[in-house]
Amino acid sequence: MTETTEQVAGVEVGSRRISIPGFTEEGENLTAATNQAADHSHGFDAAAKPLTSGSGSRGNRHIGYDLAGFPEPTGREEEWRFTPLKKLAGVLSDTPTANAVTDSEPVDYQVTEGVDGVVLSTLRDGEAPRGTVLQPADRAAVVAYKNVEQALYLKVTEGTELDEPLRVDITGTQAGSRGNAHVVLEAEPNAKAVFVLEHRGSADFNGNVEIKVGQGADVTVISLQRWDDDAVHVGQHDAAVGQDASYKHVAVSLGGSVVRLNTNFRYTGEGAEAQMYGLYFADSGQHIEHRTFVDHNTPRNTSNVLYKGALQGETARTVWIGDVLIRAAAEGTDSYEKNQNLVLTDGARADSVPNLEIETGLIEGAGHASSTGRFDENHLFYLMARGIPEKVARQLVVRGFLNEVIQKIGVPSIEESLQEDLEAELEILGN
Amino acid sequence: MKRTRNTMSTLEIKDLHVSIETDQGTKDILKGVSLTINSGEIHAIMGPNGSGKSTLAATIAGHPRYEVTSGEILLDGEDVLEMEVDERAQAGLFLAMQYPVEVPGVTMTNFLRTAKTAIDGDAPKLRTWTKEVKEAMAKLRIDADFANRNVNEGFSGGEKKRVEILQLELFKPKFAVLDETDSGLDIDALRVVSEGVNRAHAENNMGTLLITHYTRILNYIKPDYVHVFVDGRVAEQGGPELADELEANGYDRFLATAAVAG
Repeated sequence: MTETTEQVAGVEVGSRRISIPGFTEEGENLTAATNQAADHSHGFDAAAKPLTSGSGSRGNRHIGYDLAGFPEPTGREEEWRFTPLKKLAGVLSDTPTANAVTDSEPVDYQVTEGVDGVVLSTLRDGEAPRGTVLQPADRAAVVAYKNVEQALYLKVTEGTELDEPLRVDITGTQAGSRGNAHVVLEAEPNAKAVFVLEHRGSADFNGNVEIKVGQGADVTVISLQRWDDDAVHVGQHDAAVGQDASYKHVAVSLGGSVVRLNTNFRYTGEGAEAQMYGLYFADSGQHIEHRTFVDHNTPRNTSNVLYKGALQGETARTVWIGDVLIRAAAEGTDSYEKNQNLVLTDGARADSVPNLEIETGLIEGAGHASSTGRFDENHLFYLMARGIPEKVARQLVVRGFLNEVIQKIGVPSIEESLQEDLEAELEILGN
Repeated sequence: MKRTRNTMSTLEIKDLHVSIETDQGTKDILKGVSLTINSGEIHAIMGPNGSGKSTLAATIAGHPRYEVTSGEILLDGEDVLEMEVDERAQAGLFLAMQYPVEVPGVTMTNFLRTAKTAIDGDAPKLRTWTKEVKEAMAKLRIDADFANRNVNEGFSGGEKKRVEILQLELFKPKFAVLDETDSGLDIDALRVVSEGVNRAHAENNMGTLLITHYTRILNYIKPDYVHVFVDGRVAEQGGPELADELEANGYDRFLATAAVAG
C-alpha cells in the first residue's frame, strides 16, 4: 500500500472501483469518503462483521472431511437459514446410495466414452486428484464424499482440445431414494473442454463435483438441473483454476422440488479468468438456492459472477448468496458479481445477498450489484398499449431478462434447448 | 386485425364519467366529457393541472386504474370500453405517454417488431421493416444504438418522448392521444417531436388529441380545435384563437367560474 497517490486509507480510488455489500440497484462505486468505511468493515480485523455463523471471515468457515465437524443443521446457521431443511432430511443423513425397497441404484449415470485424449476411470478416496480440489464445506458435501467409494473421473489430457462437450447424464429413477455422487473433472495444461452434467428424473441426489483446471487450460462446466418436480438436489462444485487458465461454470436450475448448489472456485496461479453464471426459474412449490464463493487467494486474477432468476407462483422461492473474498495476497484482483431477480407474480420471494470481503487495497476492482424487480402492472400496460397481448408481453420480458445468461453459455445446442425450456416455463405463466 | 388506410374514421367520446379509487375513497375525475374527433383533425386539449386531461388520455387507452362510471367511447361505432388494452391499440388507438415506462429485458428492436406484428396482425417484412425503423429513428434524431437498448431504460426524458413519437410514426394509428408530450422538452427536441407528429398526421391522415398545459407546442402543431378542460369537463371550445387567448390571459377566468360553480 505504498506507491500511488490515488489511495485513501490504503484503498485505491478514482477510476478503480471498490464496493461493499449492500442492496443497491446497480452496486456502488465508492468515493474517497466511503472508502474508509469499506476498509473498516472488511479489513483484516477479526472483529469485522461476521459473514458466516461464528467464524468471522468467509475464509474461516469450517471445511473438512469429518462428518463430526458438520452437525445436523437446525436452520439457525447462517448457511442454512434460507433452506427448507425438512425436505433435505434425506440428503443430509449419512446414508449410502441405495433403495430400501428394491435395493437397486436410484440414479443412473451415462458418460461420454471413447473420445481421443480423454481418460475415463474412477478414483478412491486418497487417490489424487480426488480430494485435492473439493473441500466439503457443509454436511451435505461431506456426506456425499464419504459415501462414494469410487468417484467418476474424467481427464482431458495435456493439449487436447475437444470440439464436442463431454457429457455426464445423471438420471434419478426413484423419487425419494438416495443417490450420492462424486465426480472429478480434470483438464491438464492447455487442454480445452466443455463438460455437461445434466440432471433429470427424480431422486434425493447429493452430488459433489470437483474440477481441476490446469495451467493454460480452458474449461466450461455446465450443470443443468432439469429434474422432475419431486427431486431434491444438493451439491458442491469446487474448482481450482490454474495459471493463465480460463474457467466458466454455468448452473441452470429449472426443475426439482429443492435445489441447493454451492459453486465455488479458487486459484492456483496468476493471470486466470474465471466466471460463474447461473439461470433459474422457480415455480410454485420450488426452492432454488445458489451459493457462490469466489476465493481470490492469489494475485492478478479476474472473476465475474452473474446469476439471474425468474419466479412465478405464490410459493416460488429462490436464494442467491454471493461471497467474494479478496485475500491479502490477492493484489491486482479484478472482481465483479451480480444477481438479478424478476418476480412475476405475487407471493414469490427472492433473497439476494452479495458479500464482499476485501483484505487488500491493491486491487484493480471489486464490485457487486443485486436487484430484485417486479414485472408490474405498469410494464404490462405499456406493452399492451402497443397492441401486444398480455401473454406475449410477459413472455417478452422474461425471455429478454434471462437471455443475458443464456448467451454466455457458448454451446449452441444447449442455448437452443434452454430457449425451449423457457418457452415451456412461460406457457405455465401464460395460462 | 388489418386496417385500411385513408378512410374516414371517427372517435367519439360521449358524456364520459371516470373515477379512481384513492385512500380517501372514490374520487370523480371526469364529470361528463364529450368530444368528437375525425381523421385528419387535430384537437388540442388545454387546461390547468388536475383538470382531468391525463385521465382522459389513460381512459381512452384502457389503463386499469381508471373506472368508467358512465358514458361511451366509440371508434367508428365500435365500443372501445369493451376492448382490452391491446385490442384498443390493434384497433388503431395510440397513447403517447407522459411518463413512458422502462421495460427491463426487452430491446427496442424486439419491442418494436413485436408491437408492429401485433397491431398489423402479421409480421413486417424484415428487410423493409429494419430500413423503415432506421429511417424513422434518423428523422427523430434518435441514435442508432438505441435499437439495442432496453425499452426506455436509462433514456432521458426527452429521449423517451422521441421514442414515443417513433412508435407513433411506425405503428400508424388512426388516432393518437399525446399526453403532455411537450413537457420536459427543450426547444430543439420540441421541434423534432412536433415534426414527427406532423408527418404522421400528413402521411396517415391521423386524428390527434393533443393534451398540453402550455401553448408552446401549438406553434409547431397547429390545432383545428381547442378545448379548455376545467374540473373534469370541457369548459369552452373554439378554434386556434382560443389558444392565443389562453396564452394572453391564462386559465384564471375558467378557474374562477369553476370555483363559483363548484
